[in-house]
Amino acid sequence: MGQWPGLVTTDDTLPATLTERIALPIPGPALSARIEPNVTAPELIRNFCIIAHIDHGKSTLADRMLQLTGVVEPRAMRAQYLDRMDIERERGITIKSQAVRMPWQLGDQAHALNMIDTPGHVDFTYEVSRSLAACEGAVLLVDAAQGIEAQTLANLYLAMENDLEIIPVLNKIDLPAAQPEKYAEELANLVGGDPDDVLKVSGKTGAGVEALLDRIVERIPAPVGDADAPARAMIFDSVYDTYRGVVTYVRVIDGSLSPRERIVMMSTRATHELLEIGVISPDPIVTKGLGVGEVGYLITGVKDVRQSKVGDTVTNAGKPATESLGGYSEPKPMVFSGLYPVDGSDYPALRDALDKLKLNDAALNYEPETSVALGFGFRVGFLGLLHLEIVRERLEREFDLDLISTAPNVVYDVTLDDGTEVKVTNPSEFPGGKIKEVREPVVRATILAPSEFVGTVMGLCNDRRGQMDGMDYLSEDRVELRFTLPLAEIVFDFFDQLKSRTRGYASLDYEPQGDQAADLVKVDILLQGDQVDAFSAIVHREKAYDYGVMMTAKLKEIIPRQQFEVPIQAAVGARVIARETVRAMRKDVLAKCYGGDISRKRKLLEKQKEGKKRMKNIGSVEVPKDAFIAALSSDSGGGKDAKDKKK
Amino acid sequence: MPALPEGTAVPDDGTLPFARVGSVALRQAQEPRPFGVYVHVPFCSVRCGYCDFNTYTASELGGGANQAAYATTALREVDLAARVLDDAGLGSRPVSTVFFGGGTPTMLPAADLARILRGVDDAWGLAPGGEVTTEANPDSVTPESLRVLADAGFTRVSFGMQSAVPHVLATLERTHDPRRVPDAVAWARDAGLDVSLDLIYGTPGESLDDWRASLEAVLATGVDHVSAYALVVEPGTKMHAQVRRGELALPDEDDQAAKYELADELLTEAGLGWYEVSNWARGPEHACRHNLAYWRGDDWWGIGPGAHSYVAAPSAEPVEAAHADPAGVRWWNVKHPRRYATLLESGSSPGAGRELLTPAEAQLERVLLGVRVREGLEVDALDRSRRAAVAGLVARGLLDGVAAVRGRVVLTRQGRLLADAVVRELTP
Ligand SMILES: Nc1nc2c(ncn2[C@@H]2O[C@H](COP(=O)(O)OP(=O)(O)OP(=O)(O)O)[C@@H](O)[C@H]2O)c(=O)[nH]1
Ligand SMILES: C[S@@+](CC[C@H](N)C(=O)[O-])C[C@H]1O[C@@H](n2cnc3c(N)ncnc32)[C@H](O)[C@@H]1O
Ligand code: SF4
Ligand SMILES: [Mg+2]
Repeated sequence: MGQWPGLVTTDDTLPATLTERIALPIPGPALSARIEPNVTAPELIRNFCIIAHIDHGKSTLADRMLQLTGVVEPRAMRAQYLDRMDIERERGITIKSQAVRMPWQLGDQAHALNMIDTPGHVDFTYEVSRSLAACEGAVLLVDAAQGIEAQTLANLYLAMENDLEIIPVLNKIDLPAAQPEKYAEELANLVGGDPDDVLKVSGKTGAGVEALLDRIVERIPAPVGDADAPARAMIFDSVYDTYRGVVTYVRVIDGSLSPRERIVMMSTRATHELLEIGVISPDPIVTKGLGVGEVGYLITGVKDVRQSKVGDTVTNAGKPATESLGGYSEPKPMVFSGLYPVDGSDYPALRDALDKLKLNDAALNYEPETSVALGFGFRVGFLGLLHLEIVRERLEREFDLDLISTAPNVVYDVTLDDGTEVKVTNPSEFPGGKIKEVREPVVRATILAPSEFVGTVMGLCNDRRGQMDGMDYLSEDRVELRFTLPLAEIVFDFFDQLKSRTRGYASLDYEPQGDQAADLVKVDILLQGDQVDAFSAIVHREKAYDYGVMMTAKLKEIIPRQQFEVPIQAAVGARVIARETVRAMRKDVLAKCYGGDISRKRKLLEKQKEGKKRMKNIGSVEVPKDAFIAALSSDSGGGKDAKDKKK
Repeated sequence: MPALPEGTAVPDDGTLPFARVGSVALRQAQEPRPFGVYVHVPFCSVRCGYCDFNTYTASELGGGANQAAYATTALREVDLAARVLDDAGLGSRPVSTVFFGGGTPTMLPAADLARILRGVDDAWGLAPGGEVTTEANPDSVTPESLRVLADAGFTRVSFGMQSAVPHVLATLERTHDPRRVPDAVAWARDAGLDVSLDLIYGTPGESLDDWRASLEAVLATGVDHVSAYALVVEPGTKMHAQVRRGELALPDEDDQAAKYELADELLTEAGLGWYEVSNWARGPEHACRHNLAYWRGDDWWGIGPGAHSYVAAPSAEPVEAAHADPAGVRWWNVKHPRRYATLLESGSSPGAGRELLTPAEAQLERVLLGVRVREGLEVDALDRSRRAAVAGLVARGLLDGVAAVRGRVVLTRQGRLLADAVVRELTP
């Protein structure tokens, strides 16, 4: 039969399971009729998600499932099919969870599987936790060449909190470097059970995936709910679609929902008409309704995603439920950054864009702010650096904006001598008066690394003001280290450092762990004596000097010589702690300009003029925007964060 | 000369891109615009490490055949030029200036240069009092060759002296003996030629005193014209590689600025006033009119491989149909002498590419060139939106205040050093 067209794989020959489609246990028409979304008996439904450390192959495994269950035609297949956003495809990571309904036959029974592919990056843990609440089971995927990593643990922990049935699976067994026996043992130790019970698959070749689908049907409990009770459905995601308005993803717990009935959002009491109801498979398929245990979507025609709040319960207006389902805790922004349009006149466009993006991303928080150096913009709260970077990129790409983002910072609680408390989300607003106490957020960080790097990791965490909380050997050569670290220290290139000092072997996970008092000061940067608020930073007193020296040196690098001298200073309060000078430019002329030079010279001038548009004025100092942006954000490590994890 | 600009193709017959409107007679009735001829001679005995001009040594060309035949080849282009201009109704203008540049024009026998000049004269006629210059290396002339040139109608010679200091000349890989320069100058003057000397400043290792010594040496010869150029380390040159390898330091801009100031000071004191950013002359009558024509936007035809040309649109008046005409056209020839010769032999234009200037581009050039010269530019010639910038530039000492009050944009010494920055501020 040869190769399946469109299947993205480097193998010329595919295993029999993929090529002999005829033999696949996809239910025929008669059986399929029994798993129509509005009539499926809950016993025939299995809701599960795939969870793993970043890059362990969740989306690729999902691809094979989409194919084996026949919901995606071979010619329509492409790698990481469910990563549909451009940004996901470019970066090769999943950002949003995606639910898909698939048929699967075991024995002579057809089943409906609702699979949710989740993101692996630590910034999107909240996406995982929402997905978990819609499921009874989780496929815990581990790269057979890498073993257990920090997010493996974090996600497993979340799944266990939600009482999910865990199916441990080793992936990428096709890799020459795979060590399935070793990691099966590790995994079995972790989740309990026999190493032989750990399934071994390859999302790339499809090996073992059929068995995994069978295992899902066998092991994962069917949803239970009261079909006759008033409808209760949990909103686990809500997305804005330009054409269809808000699309709300729900998991039905009790009762059922049908098209054209009126529904109520229990927290806001807002009622809407159900214009459309359906399942995703993996494109939207309109259905006659959704019954107990189903996962699907609703469209009510509302344009404001806030009307359809994640965590809310949907019920029937005619026969409303009295008690709502437990919601989710709102994700709390951990990292803040100023977002400014490069071109000041884009401010309204930026506001509109944020409003729109917010419809898709409940975790996004923002408030207007102004900066002397940058003009009008927003202080935006993010879940982490990758989140920041992705939001910024989506704003630029989907809304065609040119943005500057200031160095990320965390939120500080400052208590003044007179007892007033101030919340500081923007370093330049750090109060100047007498300060009694400054509190900063801390995280509990879990780092997994080969044991040879224990000293290295401890050294790094120590430099970053970390407190060691404990250490465990997962196996002979793999250690879990736990630290309490100031979040602010993680925000700056921590992950890069960790990766480079452990030759890429360490992985990191962290979660908020309250706050602590610390000896923090604000360092200001002055250009020609004027404070450039965008460069102000709050740092530990002992690191103020280093920051000042680093920042002034960096600015000296990026500020081209002007027609006048430009002093650059770093100061804590009135005390200057570092100083550099950009000398005045004395010569800016091409000495020779004869016949043959004229075209060249005009083009150069036109280019310089074009370049001038790429300049930002800070006071009377002209700085190339790109360099300015680099200076503002290069230490964030956000970009590298995601990419390094991709290796 | 660096790589050729990007442009569109030049038609095989070299036709100019101007619609033929009005009668030729009508155009000719208008005051003819000045017209110059540049003749590029792409030969040198050795290539200096800093030089990226379009020039070749005999060994690079595989023998001297190209040189021997060069005058004949160049004259073919003169014929072509005469035809093309004639067709455009721009034919009957006498040539106000001719400039032989290189390379080293004096690598050719003086008789060959004379023959080319005669060809130019035959084609258009030399205007009475016309200026005819050749560049020369101090070691490529003799009293006799200079006399032949003068007799043939040459009026000026410009020697590449570069420096009077041996270690600087060595870094520049110049072959001539600095002691020969005053002799060459004297021979040229004896032959009745106006003389100019070229200098380069800011060579790695050149001290301010070295530079002063070179300036003094120039002044001692009593020449009436000096060009002084800040050394540019051009990509693709041997010197560029030396800098990259760390064998030579990159010229320092502050050092070059100080040297420019010193040059301007000493030359001015000696009676040579600046008339262009890098050129000084003892009075306007000694300025190089050919080069001034470039800065004024006059027409010229460049003969030779890699030579550039410029012709403004024939009618300054916006004649109805001529409105779609570009404001002017710049074009440039193929760079390699062999390809150049082949094209001409087959009757084709040697043009490699051309560029039709939009009125906005022409205006930009007018400012960027006009600002470089002493007479400056009328404030009225600036884009309306940029006239306000003049005051700021005067306040910062970059433009001459008195001139500004009189309605002209003229650079101060400091302004000349920052001329490109000034131009950026004066153009929209
Ligand atoms: N050799 C091999 N490579 C695989 C396999 N599964 C996934 N990969 C590769 O691993 C990389 C990551 O795969 P993804 O499916 O995007 O991983 P993910 O877990 O969804 O990643 P995130 O969504 O970002 O957390 C890709 O380059 C895949 O091609 C496998 O079974 N074998
Ligand atoms: C085309 S060269 C020809 C003159 C002649 N071949 C000679 O070198 O004596 C004209 C002048 O350009 C200047 N020049 C050439 N290359 C230069 C460079 N890289 N930087 C500055 N000036 C340069 C030199 O002063 C030189 O005399
Ligand atoms: S002699 Fe003149 S043209 Fe020839 S290589 Fe040297 S500087 Fe260039
Ligand atoms: Mg994924």
